[in-house]
Amino acid sequence: MSILELRHVSKGFPSPNGPRPVLRDISLTLEEGEFVCLLGFSGSGKTTLISMVAGLLGLDKGEILLDGKPIEGPGLDRGVVFQNYSLLPWMTVFENIHLAIDAVAPELTPADKKARAEQFIGLVNLGDAAWKRPRELSGGMRQRVAVARGLAMNPKILLLDEPFSALDALTRATLQWELARIWTETKKTVLMITNDLDEAIFLADRVYPLLRGSASRGASTLGPAIPIPIPRPRSQRLSLNPEYQRARKQILECLISGANGSVHATRPTEIQAALGDPCPAKP
Amino acid sequence: MRKSFDWSMVIAPVLGGLAMLILWTVVSQFISPDLPSPVKTWKESQLYVLRPFFKEGEMNQGMGRLAFYSLVRVAKGYSLAVLIGTPVGFLLGLSRVFARAFDPIIQVLRPISPLAWLPLGLILFRASEPAGIFTIAVCAMWPTVLNTAMGVRSVNVDYLNVGRVLKLSRTKMLTKIIVPATLPYMFTGYRLSLGLAWLVIVAAEMLTGSPGVGGFLWQEYNSLVYSHIILAILTIGFVGFLLDRLMGVVERRFKAA
Repeated sequence: MSILELRHVSKGFPSPNGPRPVLRDISLTLEEGEFVCLLGFSGSGKTTLISMVAGLLGLDKGEILLDGKPIEGPGLDRGVVFQNYSLLPWMTVFENIHLAIDAVAPELTPADKKARAEQFIGLVNLGDAAWKRPRELSGGMRQRVAVARGLAMNPKILLLDEPFSALDALTRATLQWELARIWTETKKTVLMITNDLDEAIFLADRVYPLLRGSASRGASTLGPAIPIPIPRPRSQRLSLNPEYQRARKQILECLISGANGSVHATRPTEIQAALGDPCPAKP
Repeated sequence: MRKSFDWSMVIAPVLGGLAMLILWTVVSQFISPDLPSPVKTWKESQLYVLRPFFKEGEMNQGMGRLAFYSLVRVAKGYSLAVLIGTPVGFLLGLSRVFARAFDPIIQVLRPISPLAWLPLGLILFRASEPAGIFTIAVCAMWPTVLNTAMGVRSVNVDYLNVGRVLKLSRTKMLTKIIVPATLPYMFTGYRLSLGLAWLVIVAAEMLTGSPGVGGFLWQEYNSLVYSHIILAILTIGFVGFLLDRLMGVVERRFKAA
């Protein structure tokens, strides 16, 4: 049985011109231990989708099943790492993580909670910064804390909402590398949202492109799942790998053919390289 | 390179003070003969400044002692304002129904002058001391109420989402997230409230005739000792300035935390 299943999920938001559809008929499944990326342009409803899985937003149509049961609001079985870190600025790194452990496992003894917090701080290599407050940390360090907080909940599934999009390219690469390592160590099921094609291919077992609907009116739909059969551990210098090139081309084609005039979000050379082959039909 | 001392930091305020003294002297000499000159004011007031804690009668006391009486009264009224205003602010910020019910009333009560509240206090308590404290509390409360409410309403949605994802209880949501996120707003409210409380004390003491800086001011006016009025005014300004600085330091500490 798949651990997470979305069945025909649709969502719109009210607007002055009547309801504005954002997502239409989204169906996907995640197996236990899988790393799946949702890739899309900004404004394609990625964050809306993950907020619904997190239980922070309700759906209009369809259902979301976690372990076969429909989700009702937020739950401790889903760890969320938000786009903008969302660390509580009045708490230290340790306290931020401890808060999550205290919420998930109130039955633990204080010593056990402390040990578990320290374990996850160690996992993201932040031992030296445990007593610092978020404003004393760099963006990369903050996002590590957020990842550690999500993992410390020991959730069934970890939801990552563009976790690295606010970071500079070098920090981003380091954190992608670390996330791959942590995922290999913990074997967590991960659903990650990103707008970075290479990041998705480097990290994921499967990538779903989120196809933006026409101009302002249309809702986004989900493209076909594109498997990334590159063995792990993967090198971050994938560009010569034929599997990488194939996957990259296929995903770009889907995004562009589904984007309907939104192509300016991508570099022109990539568009030209991708023109010609149609996006394969959804299975 | 060592930065040389900026003398304008010292000279400019001294020049500004001198200019005020000259203006004051000119006005007292040529325009309003009833206004005591700076020299006369100092001669008649020095006892109150140089021996700030002497006491020779209910109103005939050193400025330090009178300011202390006023400060104690302000402390009582202000504590009351903060103790009532903070929870009211939280309720206004947290509950839409509560806000709808009481926001109009607060908007109507807020602009009422202390001079209008004091007689009501006298009717309610039949004594000048509690009436004064009541007036301070009821006038000084509003910045605390409104800033706290605004702080609660503007808690970052991301922080609230963290609490929701962690399924925090209502109590924990309040103590771990909403209260710490609101603290900076609360302290801005507290500082503004203290400024108001100090404004109100003078009016309250003048009307009730209680010993304090304001009471002293009104008594000296009635005794035609005009130099002491200026002494009282300067004392009020000086103490108010110190209070504001003090709260500013406290506020910064909490904003930095």
